[in-house]
Amino acid sequence: MTDRQPSDRELERRRVRRQQRTRSLLVASGAIALVLAALVTVLVSAPGWDRFRETFFDWGYAKDALPDIRDGFWLNVKLFLICEVAILAVGLAVALARTARSPLLAPFRLLAVVYVDIFRGVPTVLLILMLGFGVPALELQGVTSDRYVWAGVALVLSYGAYVAEVFRSGIESIHPSQVMSAEALALTRGQTMRFVVVPQAVRRVAPPLLNDFVSLQKDTALVSVVGVFDAVFAARDTTGYTFNYTPYVVVSVFFIAITIPLARLTDWLGRRALERERAGVR
Amino acid sequence: MTAPLLEALEVRKSYGDRVVLDDVTLDVHPHDVVCLIGSSGSGKSTLLRCLNLLEDVDDGVIRFEGREISDPRVDPREVRQRMGMVFQAYNLFPHLSVLDNCTLAPRRVQGLARGAAEDRARELLATFGLADHVDKHPDRLSGGQQQRVALVRALCTQPTLLLLDEITAALDPELVGEVLGIVRDLAERGTTMVLATHEMGFAREVATTVCFLSDGRILEQGPPAQIFTDPREERTRQFLTRVLPG
Repeated sequence: MTDRQPSDRELERRRVRRQQRTRSLLVASGAIALVLAALVTVLVSAPGWDRFRETFFDWGYAKDALPDIRDGFWLNVKLFLICEVAILAVGLAVALARTARSPLLAPFRLLAVVYVDIFRGVPTVLLILMLGFGVPALELQGVTSDRYVWAGVALVLSYGAYVAEVFRSGIESIHPSQVMSAEALALTRGQTMRFVVVPQAVRRVAPPLLNDFVSLQKDTALVSVVGVFDAVFAARDTTGYTFNYTPYVVVSVFFIAITIPLARLTDWLGRRALERERAGVR
Repeated sequence: MTAPLLEALEVRKSYGDRVVLDDVTLDVHPHDVVCLIGSSGSGKSTLLRCLNLLEDVDDGVIRFEGREISDPRVDPREVRQRMGMVFQAYNLFPHLSVLDNCTLAPRRVQGLARGAAEDRARELLATFGLADHVDKHPDRLSGGQQQRVALVRALCTQPTLLLLDEITAALDPELVGEVLGIVRDLAERGTTMVLATHEMGFAREVATTVCFLSDGRILEQGPPAQIFTDPREERTRQFLTRVLPG
């Protein structure tokens, strides 16, 4: 019964559907080609195009700057990876403190509110400058004066405040009925958060979180303002004596090469989670 | 007899290897009330979803108002403007008031002026005892009230055919009555409907035709008097003894 021959009408229908798919594919490709062609034409026909190409797309300069930029970029990647973990921890802790209801935790709640208000308000670059130059200047005993470390701390503090708010909005978006049913099972409030609310909230806010991490990935470039030898600093160093800006383009390519796969990965993760949880709706 | 309003001919639908609808043939004439009965997973909901093109059929033909709508060249939105659907879980839009839920499609799809759409919606809401809830948001209402709003929302586009997918399955027994009361009113006014239901008493009372589905096939169909008192098939008999009291 399963190996039934479809009727002629159904075969015809499938042919039409295939045709429709092919046509929309053609239209899409055509539209993309058209837009790209228009963009290239505008760019190439610009009066300063030749100068522009020499200053920004010079293969020779690119090759010369590549080793330094690559080494510097490794610093950006390390900074990003370490900060990301710390930011997630800080963000979640602050969000939980803000949503805590126990009277004993009231001081933490207050602290969390003040922290978010202040650190979300201060521009990240200022924070890096203040911590990167300020803390070492204090000459505190037993505290590192490595500007790289303090620039990282500044990033964590700044992004922690953003991520905390993302987490909080996720936690608050979970329907009260979920909390109620967890409480009906006699879970404590802590257990309710840990096993029921936070897992759902994290899944829900994964896309905006990734958005913040792509942004963080780029903002690791800001540490160059306190003289940390990262990819941007390396590029600026080279342009300082060649007066050719190709190294900046090379750095951009490095950053794009890492953010695009990251974006695709989260898209895929999100889609997979959605398919699993919404199975059977359609 | 008049030409059928809706005609399904040897409709097949499968998900992977699982055949969900197996050569389903069904005629719905104007003013018919067709009740689909059968256990969960027998294909009732899938059939309804195929009828208003929420799912593509894998074979067979569906004709509506004399036109084949299973043709991929047909715009499903055109069909759905003439065919209302109500879901088991109401599916009202929580961010819109009752009135806005009911006027969304008439205004945005059919291009009705706001005033006209609201007049029509208010009138229908009043008819179904919802006049006091016009400006509330759906979550403020009881399940029965929400489902009645969903019915009104479907009626506001003035469809020629109404598909109801187990619309009382999520309701308290005492709220079932108020929703079925509306469906009964609609049936009396000659609204053409196809409904999947577990309410056998109701099916017996309002249906003009009852179809018993089992494993994706319409095993038997006929007037309720015949299906409920003298079913031809053993499977129908078994199903009815399980669901009918006594």
